[in-house]
Amino acid sequence: MSNLPVLFVILPLGFGFLYILLARRRPFVSEMGSVAVTLTLFMLSLILIGAGYFDGQQVIRSFNLNMGGWALPMGINIYLDSLTVLMLIIVNMISFTVILYSVNYMKKYSSRSYFYALILFMLAGMNGILLTGDLFNLYVFLELASVSSYILVSFGVEAEELEAAFKYLVMGAIASALILLGVIIIYLVSGTLNIAYAAQFIQEYGMNRALYFAFSLLLMGFSLKAALIPFHAWLPDAHPSAPAPISAMLSGVVIKVLGVYALLRVGFNLFDLGNDPYFLNLLLVVGGISLIIGVLLALYQWDIKRLFAYHSISQMGYVVMAIGLGTGLGMVAGLFHLFNHAVFKSLLFLNSGALETATGTRSLKKMGGLARKMPVTAVTSMIGSLSISGIPPFNGFWSKLMIIFAAVLAGQPFYALLAVIGSVLTLASFMKVQRYAFWDKCRLDKKIYESDLTAPIFMRVSMLILAVFCIFLSFLILPGIYRLILSPASLDLLQGAAGYIGGVGL
Amino acid sequence: MSPIVQTVTRWINSFIFIFGLYVMLYGHVTPGGGFPGGVIIACSFILITLAAGKEFTFRLFSLKQASVVDSLSILLFLIIGFLGMVFGNYFFANFLPPGEAFRLQSGGTIVFSNVVIGFKVSAAIFAMFLYLSLFRLEEGAGEE
Repeated sequence: MSNLPVLFVILPLGFGFLYILLARRRPFVSEMGSVAVTLTLFMLSLILIGAGYFDGQQVIRSFNLNMGGWALPMGINIYLDSLTVLMLIIVNMISFTVILYSVNYMKKYSSRSYFYALILFMLAGMNGILLTGDLFNLYVFLELASVSSYILVSFGVEAEELEAAFKYLVMGAIASALILLGVIIIYLVSGTLNIAYAAQFIQEYGMNRALYFAFSLLLMGFSLKAALIPFHAWLPDAHPSAPAPISAMLSGVVIKVLGVYALLRVGFNLFDLGNDPYFLNLLLVVGGISLIIGVLLALYQWDIKRLFAYHSISQMGYVVMAIGLGTGLGMVAGLFHLFNHAVFKSLLFLNSGALETATGTRSLKKMGGLARKMPVTAVTSMIGSLSISGIPPFNGFWSKLMIIFAAVLAGQPFYALLAVIGSVLTLASFMKVQRYAFWDKCRLDKKIYESDLTAPIFMRVSMLILAVFCIFLSFLILPGIYRLILSPASLDLLQGAAGYIGGVGL
Repeated sequence: MSPIVQTVTRWINSFIFIFGLYVMLYGHVTPGGGFPGGVIIACSFILITLAAGKEFTFRLFSLKQASVVDSLSILLFLIIGFLGMVFGNYFFANFLPPGEAFRLQSGGTIVFSNVVIGFKVSAAIFAMFLYLSLFRLEEGAGEE
């Protein structure tokens, strides 16, 4: 048990290099190996729910592991709390379904072993970001995940993909440079790279101008990675151009882990700005703007994946806005929506991949009438669309309802109104998707429409898994499960630096 | 390349290589370590490539070999970590006896980690150099 969290980084890393070494020309081995690895990691992340103890109100999870047994100021630690557990479940669940989907989807590409190696490196990087308790390690893992994702976006090596990947590379490199500079300044001021020790330093001596500067650099860097609205320019190019499983990965988890999670960890646990009105208002305003502008830009898109990509910006706006409310309910609502968005947005991107494979186009104007030809894709896509628009039985409804409640209770009715407007516009744009792709009369070539369009078996299975999760994630707010997963994770943020320092055990 | 470069390379290259090995092996006692040692070794190969051309270099160390060394050393590095987990309860625990200070056999597993990192870094930097400079000449080599 004590070394369990290490597996989240070394299993994908080791298997990735193993494919490059042994299975370069045998993609079948790397397919099955990747499915096995990610399934194992998903199961392990579910086991981690059982870690920790119950103190009557909440489940308390704080688990510190010093690498190599070196004591802390010298060594590097892995720190696992409820927020980490929640994020690990999200990341490994989405990776498992995405890799299951790629088994069929990636058949048309060459060099598939490299694809699986890279996607496992990306997974290792993201798991590392979630687990590490060290700022420089955070940066290294962030670069590991980013560099793999640049290559994966350009995996098709067509002109469009290379252009998008280059844009993504430039923006991502700027973000990484800003983050590295911020880390350097924190090290310069506090003399330590360990998050807990740096947080203790800030608690003891307070913030100064250099630290505010470092924080604003980190804020810019992580917002770039999260594609919040002033920094969003790369996302609508990069996410649609990638192969569909990678789009699902990027929109589903990468922007959340590299952007939002890192921002929250640094903002709340390192700089302890959970009660700082400027920081919270900044999150509120940026979130609100992203929410509205993202969905407005999405409305008139005809490229189905580009439309979904703009919705990612809008939905991340919901998450950031809810967390910016600063109340306990707001935190829970934000994290819950983050989880839900990971599931339904990955599902929608996988649907778009199935549509693209079947029809050979991404333009909504050229599809239509596909519900009869691809029933599984149609049903799962309907579930995903209803979830993202917040229609009652599905998970998106509950998190959006919580966000609206939290905004009203926090005395911010304007932001509640924004959330409602955003939700209505989301519904409108997804009605457009449903109508033009699945229900309207067919605008496809007769020959394509007559042929067998049903998605292959693994693609259907992974879409169905995600669709089932879209329904069952609603149970996360049942009281028992709520106290097990969501509420402790929000508590980790609410307790700020003090909770983090106590958890690491200084 | 000009005869001057070739002659100078012939004279100093083995020294560069051995200095790289030294930095790698003595990383735990003197300044240095796996990464700088690996970079120095990679530089010696890059120097040969610049002076004598790629055909000559590939007889010593081909791109495929570089890729294999690259992946293999990462796996060895992880195995060292796993052995630490088996014998010392922590990932990367130092399970070997620490030895006498300032000798080569001090520091337990650090020497092995340094050597493995050195090979990884030298192979990776050499391969990166080749990919950036000679990519066009290798057309069709890495495809399925």
